[in-house]
Amino acid sequence: MTTNNSGCSYCLGIESTADDFGAAVVSFDGKVLSNANDAYTPKKGGIHPREAARHHAEVAEKVLAEAFETAAVKPRDISLVAFAQGPGLGPCLRTGATAARALASYLDVPLVGVNHCVGHIEVGKLATGAKDPVTLYVSGGNTIISAFEAHRYRIFGETLDIAIGNCLDVFARAVGLQQKKGAPFGAIVEQLALKGEKLVSLPYTVKGMDLSFSGLLTAAVSAFQSNNGSIEDVCYSLQEVAFSMLTEVTERALAHTEKPEVLLTGGVAANKKLQSMLTVIAEEHDARFCVVPLKLAADNGAMIAWAGILAYKSGITTPLDKSYVDVKWRLEEVYAPWVEAQLC
Amino acid sequence: MGGGSAVLIKKGAEASLYLEMWHNRKVIMKRRHPKLYRTTELDTVIRSQRTAHEPNIIHQAKKAGVPTPTIFKVDMEEANIVMEFVEGKQVKEVLDTLSKEERLQLSILMGRMIGRLHKHGIIHGDLTTSNMILSPYGKIVFVDFGLSERSVELEPKGVDLHLMKRALQSTHYKHATECFKEIMKGYAESVGQEETKKVAAKIREIEKRGRYVADRE
Repeated sequence: MTTNNSGCSYCLGIESTADDFGAAVVSFDGKVLSNANDAYTPKKGGIHPREAARHHAEVAEKVLAEAFETAAVKPRDISLVAFAQGPGLGPCLRTGATAARALASYLDVPLVGVNHCVGHIEVGKLATGAKDPVTLYVSGGNTIISAFEAHRYRIFGETLDIAIGNCLDVFARAVGLQQKKGAPFGAIVEQLALKGEKLVSLPYTVKGMDLSFSGLLTAAVSAFQSNNGSIEDVCYSLQEVAFSMLTEVTERALAHTEKPEVLLTGGVAANKKLQSMLTVIAEEHDARFCVVPLKLAADNGAMIAWAGILAYKSGITTPLDKSYVDVKWRLEEVYAPWVEAQLC
Repeated sequence: MGGGSAVLIKKGAEASLYLEMWHNRKVIMKRRHPKLYRTTELDTVIRSQRTAHEPNIIHQAKKAGVPTPTIFKVDMEEANIVMEFVEGKQVKEVLDTLSKEERLQLSILMGRMIGRLHKHGIIHGDLTTSNMILSPYGKIVFVDFGLSERSVELEPKGVDLHLMKRALQSTHYKHATECFKEIMKGYAESVGQEETKKVAAKIREIEKRGRYVADRE
């Protein structure tokens, strides 16, 4: 294994599942030395996969250089390259994978393909010290309630249609809210919701452990369009209903598994209202509430690097001929032997 | 209440169950506690809706030939229901301890009962092995209809069974595949092969709809 003169090993992590291209250097003992990022911002509407991939290809060199520079680590001091192998948008994933393969071959170091969802969970655990949590992973592309049981992160509940982040984004666009550079739509909805007072009646859809947000989205948009409430009231009601649904299912998973922690991770984890609701159930079930820090909440290279390090340490690498991306790679398909080692 | 002291036997996410004596009977009181994370207005609506709805559908399940607890009392204001204490063990506790033959027998019975519910337009909404109690007489008593709904559509039937499959995969992963196969066999006994084929196709469709499911059998 290559080591630099301080005797430490480093992993380069590359994330490119959706609109973000991220690169980070993380040391094998879990220090995030850099976490560079460049996000593709569509001129209008949602993410166009091919346009996003083109953006990633354009910024890759710059973001990678920044990751090395900030970390003050030279490419030749890297001992491992990790990349997000799925799930995500095919063209975007392939861009990151291509960069990762090229670098690993050039530097002659092992390559590890990381599941994006595992990345979010592991970086949340790293940053908060959570050992064995029930995780609520909420972002623009995913809504998953998961806990570790027998070698794998099992999915206890998930959305049956759209992700919560997507629900908030599409709602915001449909009612004409303006996105500010750097601020996701979710943050704008959150701000408006603070001024809401009236609860507008919206569908609350929990099916056992699974959730549905598409009907809620349609109802929220039409409530606003038919003047059933001010924009503040509708934002408030949308958040109340959507987050109550998420909290209800998370609580049910917590009651069922009796895990000692609740971990909130993913881009929507930044929402204070959702955090406060989860705090309530964590306290009720004597669990510790942990939330991923803001800088590691959205998609980032550090989470990929760290999950790659964990996999590598338990003997997992991805040979080049097995490094094709998997756009539908489910969380529970990932064999995760390192978690048992962490729990010992 | 009947004066006896209530013993908390299960603190669920949705409600708490208390075991107590009520007119010399062993009963379960199911109480939907206010959820402090929800705004009171939303919480009151959800709790009272579910409290009114559950006894009603439990009664309809009996008509369909599916054993369910007897309801003694419903209190809308306090959001609680007093019902029969069902003797037996949760299927969740026994499923993995049975011999293969017994396990498959039990799975067929589970499927037969789910089929009866669906045939009569009852969607359980939370089909897990914790919500089925194996009585000493070998019957499966279905409890917790808190998330149930009425429908004859394929979609909710598919979602219901998809949930059952998922519950098996997360809690009884060793036997999930064989058990679910038998459940579908028992299901077919109640609703017929034709309908079972349609529902099975629906389940596959729902699985693929989940964003990141590989196309596998």
